[in-house]
Amino acid sequence: MNEVKVISKSNKIRKKKMKQSIGDSMVEIICYIIFTICAILCIYPFYYIFINTISANDLSARGAIIFWPKGLHLQNYISALNIDGLFQATKISVFRTLLGAGCTVGASAYLGFMFTQENMWHRKLWYRLVVATMYINAGIIPWYLTMKNLHLTNNFWGYVLPAIVSPFYIILTKTFVEGIPKELQEAAQIDGAGVMKIFYKVMLPIIKPIMATVAIFSAVAQWNAFQDTLLLVTDTKLYSLQFVLYQYLNQASSLSSLANNSSTSSLAAAVATTQTATSVRMTITIIVVLPILLIYPIFQRYFVKGIMIGAVKG
Amino acid sequence: MKVLDNKKKIESFKLFLYILPFLILVGMFAYYPLYGWVYAFFDYRPPKPFSLDDFVGLKWFKYIVDNPIRVNQIVTVMKNTFAMSALTLGTSWLPMLFAVFLNEIKCVRFRKFIQTVTTLPNFISWVLVYSIAYCIFNSTGMMNSFLQSLGLITEPILFLQQSDHVWLTQWLWLTWKNLGWAAIMYIAAISSIDEEMYEAARVDGATRMQIIRNITIPSLMPTFFVLLMINIGNFLNNGMEQFYVFQNAFNKEAIQVLDLYVYNLAMGSGSYSVSVALSMLKSIVSVILLFFANKMSKSIRGESFI
Repeated sequence: MNEVKVISKSNKIRKKKMKQSIGDSMVEIICYIIFTICAILCIYPFYYIFINTISANDLSARGAIIFWPKGLHLQNYISALNIDGLFQATKISVFRTLLGAGCTVGASAYLGFMFTQENMWHRKLWYRLVVATMYINAGIIPWYLTMKNLHLTNNFWGYVLPAIVSPFYIILTKTFVEGIPKELQEAAQIDGAGVMKIFYKVMLPIIKPIMATVAIFSAVAQWNAFQDTLLLVTDTKLYSLQFVLYQYLNQASSLSSLANNSSTSSLAAAVATTQTATSVRMTITIIVVLPILLIYPIFQRYFVKGIMIGAVKG
Repeated sequence: MKVLDNKKKIESFKLFLYILPFLILVGMFAYYPLYGWVYAFFDYRPPKPFSLDDFVGLKWFKYIVDNPIRVNQIVTVMKNTFAMSALTLGTSWLPMLFAVFLNEIKCVRFRKFIQTVTTLPNFISWVLVYSIAYCIFNSTGMMNSFLQSLGLITEPILFLQQSDHVWLTQWLWLTWKNLGWAAIMYIAAISSIDEEMYEAARVDGATRMQIIRNITIPSLMPTFFVLLMINIGNFLNNGMEQFYVFQNAFNKEAIQVLDLYVYNLAMGSGSYSVSVALSMLKSIVSVILLFFANKMSKSIRGESFI
């Protein structure tokens, strides 16, 4: 009697477990499906544009390339060299990314360290003044007028100078420096090293990981910046890649004539490789997005680390 | 003793001098623009140099509200601003859900892959997002040729030139760009939940959904709450880049949020003073919202986020 009861009970439990595991695996299967869709939504646009840039241009102009490339050729990228202003804009973008990110990283490391020096005159006040700028925003127009007063419109330094002191990055480095044992600094002090020497010789090697994080964040920000060009720059020589791309997106289809190469021999080939408005737009898009696509997967952990430290302190 | 004291003072002042150049930069680019607010009280028209004789008091603030057409325009702009912010605020639980269900996937490689791929759009600029939108949704783009080949439509649909559903489509683009990145905070928060709680729940025979409902989501509530408060603080700050690149003659009415309106006013029609007056009001309201949100956070969670 008792045994039967026990068996039926264990059966019941097993049944319940079965039901559970079915429900649980259902959850997992649905998750797989949903996240696969998410991944496709995020990857496909890039893939779509890329296969169009290497496909026959007459097909891509009709929107006939959807899943895989047809009529492979690289003429679009070769012709891109002839696109008006693209080379200059690439130079500007690369230069501002390197110089801007370099300055920001240096200043953030330096200030992040300096703001931990407790015997600085009114240290807390200065630190608060810097951090408060995260929340204080005069607005676009006052900012533009300021830049004009400072003669930073139509000036390459207008891209770099305002970004040098960034409170968020300073908070990141300061938090990192505070996590380093104080004894290290004290030992160097006893050896007679000044603040600067401590910064160079002791701190810089230790805070490299956080500097990498700041570097990657500020480099992406510089590369992606669009608004400052829009507001500050009318000189075409100073246009950034993002701005040139925006212009091409909004221009009439006649732009394709700019990049056309007249030396193509056969007619069929000419149709397939002749630049169209679509091909020019897509090629520039790939050129602008490529650096991000390449560096992001490699440096992803730095991005994640950055936002985590920022979240704790922010 | 006094010499030593003096030496210490000099030392501490020297440290200040070391950072002074950077403080000057901060002053120049973050505090000096605040001085630009005075333009709101003057009649300032750019080619003409700024002079103190053009003081007009509160003229521009009255100007904003005294003409019914202008009031209408501002009401439309505020509607857009509120609608887009409310959509974002109302769906701010999406990243949490994303993280929770991503955590349910046991294959680590797949999870990492999804995380990498879905955070990628956060790192491309709005211009690039627009470019992607353009390539896919223009009249000869993939969407139209696909629908045409299926025979669903005969004429291409001009997706980007529509004045309907602008709020929704803008929200969709924003979500496409931000969802994966916003989920990272929650993914980190999930990994810090005590594993023993899960073990105990599993031993008690809880199903996955029960575990999610009773353990994971309650543990994420503090993170959710802080992010929600930050979002409230940013209610008026939609930024202008997204809406600037997507705006055209057809959707302008529905896409102009406050930030974009301020820009269009000054750069489009040269009304610098009105624009400054508006952005000044906006900044003040934003700061009040921020303090309000911070106070809420303090009183509910006993922790401030500023």
